[in-house]
Amino acid sequence: MTLTAAVDYFEPWWVQLVKALLIFGVIFAVLPMIIIYERKLLGRFQGRYGPNRVGPYGLMQPLAEIVKFAVKEPFRPTTSVGFLYRVAPMVAILTAVASLALIPYGDVQHIFGQKVGLYGIDVSVGPLYVFAFGGISFYGIMLGGWASGSKYAFLGAMRGAAQLISYEVSQGLALVGVLITAGTLSVTGIVHAQAGMWYFIPQFAGFLIFMTASFAETNRAPFDLVEADSEIVGYFTEYGGTAFVAYLFAEYTNMIVVSGLATTLFLGGWLLPFGIHPPGWVDPFVVLAKMFLVLTFFIWVRATLPRLRYDQLMSFGWKILLPLATLNLLVTAVLVVR
Amino acid sequence: MTPYDPGSDVIEVIRAPGGGAARGAYRVFGETLRGLKTTFGRIVEGPTTIQYPEEKTPVYPRFRGRHRLHRFDDSGLEKCVGCSLCAAACPADCIRVVAAENTPENRVSAGERYAAVYEINLSRCIFCGYCEVACPFDAITMGHDYEMSDYTRSDLIFTKEMLLAEAIERTPLRREGE
Repeated sequence: MTLTAAVDYFEPWWVQLVKALLIFGVIFAVLPMIIIYERKLLGRFQGRYGPNRVGPYGLMQPLAEIVKFAVKEPFRPTTSVGFLYRVAPMVAILTAVASLALIPYGDVQHIFGQKVGLYGIDVSVGPLYVFAFGGISFYGIMLGGWASGSKYAFLGAMRGAAQLISYEVSQGLALVGVLITAGTLSVTGIVHAQAGMWYFIPQFAGFLIFMTASFAETNRAPFDLVEADSEIVGYFTEYGGTAFVAYLFAEYTNMIVVSGLATTLFLGGWLLPFGIHPPGWVDPFVVLAKMFLVLTFFIWVRATLPRLRYDQLMSFGWKILLPLATLNLLVTAVLVVR
Repeated sequence: MTPYDPGSDVIEVIRAPGGGAARGAYRVFGETLRGLKTTFGRIVEGPTTIQYPEEKTPVYPRFRGRHRLHRFDDSGLEKCVGCSLCAAACPADCIRVVAAENTPENRVSAGERYAAVYEINLSRCIFCGYCEVACPFDAITMGHDYEMSDYTRSDLIFTKEMLLAEAIERTPLRREGE
């Protein structure tokens, strides 16, 4: 059992640059598609069509909305702390994009005589990297709520911070089960370890706990009281225009990251079942397809479950999810060590 | 002195459902599956939306839409005799009738008099249909048209010519048993 990364080669700087730009470009091209997909699918779940007026089938809707947000007046409350008020959304989006680098889209490939890993980075600390940036993204919320200089934004930020901290524990514990089973922290190593059986079967409880905690971590329904559209007490209450969109994009990027993590750690990454071994260039599409399925599940749950009350959120997180995660970890540890 | 009796002032606060972790876990994961099944049923059903400007909600035959004035089919004379009973019956006071005498050279209606001016202010009309009930000659009836929005208030005052004109039937009628 080794805790170092599986990388035994060096990529030239330009390969890393191209990889970074490619991942960034593809994900940010996918973001608007996810937004329109979510709204269309949510509409179908509720017996309606969803947006269908802008462009063919309403597919231009995100474009129209981005234009709408971009031309809005950049206002801020007089009580806000100017610098932090502007920095907070940047922190949010920065941490979301940084976590994106960890998702592996495929194994190491030979492209133009170069060894190129189809992932942003394969750090030796693996998922801990995501948790580190998840911890910093908490500053995006907290600073945004505090620097707005509004009681409601601050309340929303406090609630958001408490929620993130509570559910990060369960999410982390659910992951430890996978890490123990795989015996490595490298995400590519974890995918390789799933060659026999995807971890959502032996780690089914861990999978459920991880998904539930992920809903809370990404502020998705039914744990979306951080933003609570219908109650209007969120940390970005005082944000509008592009700064608001930055938060929105950070949230959707976090969704992609979490679905990527679920794909990597539980759903076998780029592996296919029944012993199918497609050529290497198929791998990224397999990963994207699996992430798409996880995102669909996110939307499905959003259409199904009503928002929790705050005390329910806390009691569920600490009294149900955390004991379950701990139990799952203990059982896994005993079984593996034995 | 008796201690304070709270009586009906005490309200039982609804707490989160009990049963501990096992029940809670079942509620979260088991009942959620049931909910997921329910919402997926909506996708199978398909949308129930009526895409309004393209497809319109059919109205019932007795639907009270925009008014229409009528002529006799055979002679082409106006049915309205300018009696102002509709204006008297109108609770919103939105009908204005100015009557004039029919002459042999200028015969407009079948009676002694006719409506020289007949205006309905549709921005005031409440579509109660009392005018229709009050009319002794069935000269005014409620049509089926409900698309009457306009850009200025003065455009909403419908004159006699507009009310008499053959209405473009823009509203589908509900079929029998629909």
